[in-house]
Parts: sequence; structure tokens; C-alpha cells
Amino acid sequence: MFAFTEASETRIEKILAKYPESRKVSALLPLLTLAQDQEGYITPEAMIEIGKRLDVSPAYVESVCTFYTMYYTKPVGKYVVKFCINISCHLNGCDNLMEYTARKLGIKEGETTPDKKFTLLKEECLAACCEAPVMQVNNKYHVNMTPEKVDQVLESCK
Amino acid sequence: MTEILFKAIDTPNLTSLDVYEKTLDGYQSLKKAFEKTPDELVEMVKASGLRGRGGAGFPTGLKWSFLAKDVFPRYLACNADESEPGTCKDRELLMKNPHLLIEGMILCSYACQIETGYIYMRGEFWEYEELMDTAIEEAYAKGYLGKNIMGTGFNLDIYTHMGAGAYICGEESALLTSLEGYRGEPRLKPPFPAVEGLYGKPTVVNNVETLCAIPFIVLNGAEAYAAIGTEKSKGTKLVSVSGHVNKPGNYEIPLGTPTIDLIEKYAGGIRNGNKLKAFIPGGSSVPMLPASKADVPYDYESLMEAGTMLGSGALIVMDDTTNVVSEALCLAHFYMHESCGKCTPCREGTRWMYQILSDIIGRKGKPEQVELLNDICDNMAFKCFCPLGDAAVAPVVSSIQYFPEDYEELIASLKSEQPVGAH
Ligand SMILES: Cc1cc2nc3c(=O)[nH]c(=O)nc-3n(C[C@H](O)[C@H](O)[C@H](O)COP(=O)(O)O)c2cc1C
Ligand code: SF4
Ligand code: FES
Repeated sequence: MFAFTEASETRIEKILAKYPESRKVSALLPLLTLAQDQEGYITPEAMIEIGKRLDVSPAYVESVCTFYTMYYTKPVGKYVVKFCINISCHLNGCDNLMEYTARKLGIKEGETTPDKKFTLLKEECLAACCEAPVMQVNNKYHVNMTPEKVDQVLESCK
Repeated sequence: MTEILFKAIDTPNLTSLDVYEKTLDGYQSLKKAFEKTPDELVEMVKASGLRGRGGAGFPTGLKWSFLAKDVFPRYLACNADESEPGTCKDRELLMKNPHLLIEGMILCSYACQIETGYIYMRGEFWEYEELMDTAIEEAYAKGYLGKNIMGTGFNLDIYTHMGAGAYICGEESALLTSLEGYRGEPRLKPPFPAVEGLYGKPTVVNNVETLCAIPFIVLNGAEAYAAIGTEKSKGTKLVSVSGHVNKPGNYEIPLGTPTIDLIEKYAGGIRNGNKLKAFIPGGSSVPMLPASKADVPYDYESLMEAGTMLGSGALIVMDDTTNVVSEALCLAHFYMHESCGKCTPCREGTRWMYQILSDIIGRKGKPEQVELLNDICDNMAFKCFCPLGDAAVAPVVSSIQYFPEDYEELIASLKSEQPVGAH
């Protein structure tokens, strides 16, 4: 079963007010994001519920959802650690950093630790190229990364 | 130093409306604008010579004048998707000076008779959504947004809208498609957004940096803006200098500044005492150039003449320890990952390019594969549905053109490293 929380419902009201009444499907991405913030990933039940809200089919919701890389359709760890692997970060040693992190967590890129705490992912340019190498943990920026800083950030993930 | 966009950008709490007004003549341009007719304002922006800073460099005033006549409502979509590898200037503007963008959006909306504006931000900018929402609320409270703004009868609502991870959504028609709640695939042009954009209505799509330049133009006059830069490239530009430099960062320069100055003077030169080998002047979608061309003035025309483009204003610097094939592979991966899959040359071509470059890097390269790469690029360039496909070939073709020895070295050395008896 999936239900939006009360806090989410308040947000939904605000979100829907942004778009013309007849164009409420514009709220699809914001609603998917809300659902993911709530559950950690987008469940089939959430897709059904969002479809109902916006008068579109669950299949339609899924087709849009899978186009965008920030949505997870499978469970992920409590903390999703992403490294930018694009050019400016590549020129600044992101490969080594990612390898370091993978070794530290004992997983490969794309995997989740057995305790479901960390998921490690590659990401394309995060628009912080002048502060390379760049890492995000649950979409929060961490810049000018070094192995020591990776240690600190992971340490702070409780 | 000429500072328009980055003036006082590091002032503490500049994100608050109060500080913005005290520090920067904040919102002073509105009164000036409302004394003019919308058409006069469009003319003013035309006369300033301002060109779009999102990548295509299209004259901004001209774009505004193309809006379908007498069709309403019209929309403004601010492009804050910033996903071109190497580019991080819009992020700095958004996180440090949100009111400058709001002021620019108000001016654009008044000039174009728009009553609704959206700021389409890439999903990863989620930390700045709240910041922007707060700034928007402050502007409503002060009467700069909402109904009957400053007693003029002009109404405007501005909303943030977050994407969710897709480079292609930076392309204007894909951005609008995404904003409508579809998969973010590009649309056929024409019709251009100015005629049929968001919800089928006339729409202005402008980059964050473009809109942030408008308050200066309105406040100081088109001539003041046009006095900066070169004959055809007017004003200042934010350049994100990244890669192998001592002081990577976003720098505001008058257009026409020599590229080498950006590297040496602004960004503190090549790090570790190494030498410059190559640079990509305008983000991942434009051809790279060798060090010998580094004195090219950083403006639209000069870069075009040098065989590349100003693009989004991202100067990616590579020193002489770099093998450019490795960077071409990095970008090939990006374009393969971001190809939306709508058209065949791009969907298939980006995959092929990535595969071949991986082979060359991964001990399986053959000399004829370089020719094959060129062939594939030839089959993609200008044959794709949208400019992403053309962009994908730029770094690869230019790396082969200027640095064939990097390919040869990899192919030769790796072959000789293979154990005897390997095929
Ligand atoms: C694949 C692709 C990605 C793009 N990404 C962006 C982007 O992230 N930000 C942006 O402002 N423009 C981007 N553009 C350019 C837009 O299509 C459009 O030209 C621009 O937003 C217009 O605003 P401007 O005239 O103010 O530059 C992209 C274009 C293409 C083809
Ligand atoms: S060129 Fe690539 S991104 Fe553009 S429409 Fe074709 S497949 Fe999609
Ligand atoms: S290349 Fe890593 S943030 Fe842009």
C-alpha cells in the first residue's frame, strides 16, 4: 500500500497550484520526487496512486519515471553515494576516488552494502566542475573531494 | 575588472532580498522598465547585443521579438538545467544571487507580456530549490511579483520546477516537453517555442545567465552593455575554467579576452608546473583545440573562426600528461548515456563510438578503428534529430584531428604489450 503523508499532501497542493488546471500532469515529476523522498524508491503502488491523482495510467507514469535517472525503481541504501565521472572530475582523479570508496564499502559500483546502508553510483556531470572531484550523498553536494574527505563524509552517515 | 553578473556575488546573505537591495541596486531596474513600453524594452535588449548564454548564442532581443503576435497566454521558461559537462556558472548564480534571476525574469516577462514563468532546474539542484522558493516568496511580499506589480497593472507569477536527471532536458524543446510531464524528448522545430512552446503557447526559453544580464542593461542602458566586449560579441561572459589549472573557478570576463589569459591570469596557470596540451573552450559539445591556438580571443566569432565554439562557456583545460583518447572516451560515455533514444544515428552511433574508444583504451585497438570512428562521426553529424547527436561527435573528431599520435601511441604500445600468441 502506498499513501502520501500529511506533509506530502500539503506539498502536493502547492505543487498542483503551479500549473494550469487542465495541465496537471506537469506535476508528474514533482510527485514522483515526493514519493521517492517518502519511500526511498518509486514503488508500483506509488505509480498507481500518482496516476490516479493526475488522471493518467500507471503505465504512463512508469514510462516517464524510467526516462529520468534520478528515480530508483528498486530499493537503494539509506545513503546513496554518487561520484561524478565526467571530464572535469575525470581530469581530477575521480576514478581513484571511486575505487577507494568502493574498496572501503566493500561493494562495486551499482551495488548496495548488505546492511542496506550505502549504495554506490556513477553520475554524469553535476555542474560543480570547478570544484572537482564532486560527490553527492543523498543529493547533497560534497566538493573538492579527497580520500580523507570521503572518510569524513561516510563517517557522518549514521 | 568589469563585473555585471558577479558584482558583489560573495556578499554574505546576498540571497536575502534586503541585502540584495542594499548591495546591488536590487530591483531598481523595474521602475525604469515600467516607464517604457514592452516593445521599447525589447528594442533595448536588441540594441545591447546580448546573446543567449545557454549554448547557441542566439540574440536575445531578437528571440523575444519572434513571439507569435497577439497570442496569449505566453510563458517564460528559464533554463536552469545546467548539464553541459564543464559548465557550473548557473549553479553559482542560483545559489548566491537568486534575486538577480528573479529581477531578470520580471523584466523579460514585462517586455514579452508574459504572466507566468517557470524556472526549470536540474533535479540535482534540489538544495537550491528551497533557496529560490524563499527568494520568490520575498519578492511576492515586496510586491515585485503577483498581481498589479508596483501599480502598473502587470501581473506575474514565477514557479520553480525540478527536473529529475536527463541532460537532454536542457535542450529547449525537450525542456518544455519535460515540463509538460512527458518523457523529455526533443520536438521537431519549427515550430519554435516562440510560436508554439509550453502548452502550445508562445514561450521564451532563456538561460539563467542571459536573464541575469537584463537588469544591468535596463538600469544602465543598452550602450553601457554594448560598450563591453568586441564588435559582435557584446558584454561579459561567465566562463567555468576547470581541469588541470591551479585555480579552477567561474570567472567573468569581457568577451574577447584571450583564452590564454583565462588559463594563465584568471585560473592561475597549469598546475604542477606542467604544460598546456589541449583545451575545450565551450563545454563538452564543442571541438577541442591544441595549445598552439590558446591565444584565440574568447568570443563567439573568434572561436568559430578557430574551428570551435563558445558554447556554454566552459573552458576545460588539459595538461601534457593527458592522453586525449581517455577524455574522448569519458565524453563518449556521457553522450551514450544521455542519448534519449528517439533517433537512430544518435542512439546507435554514440554506442559504437563508446565501444570503439573502449577497445582502443582497453588493449584491443586496431589502426583501422580510428578510420571507423571518423566514419561513424560522419554518419552522425547533422543527421540526427536534435543537436545532441552533433555534439557527441565534436570531441571525438577533434581529438583525432589534432592528436592522432595519442591514438597511435595507444594502439601501438598496447599491441606490443599483449602477450605473444594473443590474437
Ligand atoms: C543537448 C542540449 C543540451 C542543452 N543544455 C542546456 C542547458 O543545460 N542550459 C541551457 O541554458 N541551455 C541548454 N541548451 C540550449 C537550449 O536549447 C537553448 O538554446 C537555450 O536554453 C536558450 O537560452 P539562451 O538563448 O538564453 O541561451 C542545450 C541544448 C542542447 C542541444
Ligand atoms: S539526437 Fe540523440 S538526443 Fe537528440 S533526438 Fe536523437 S537520440 Fe534523442
Ligand atoms: S564534470 Fe564533474 S561536476 Fe562537472
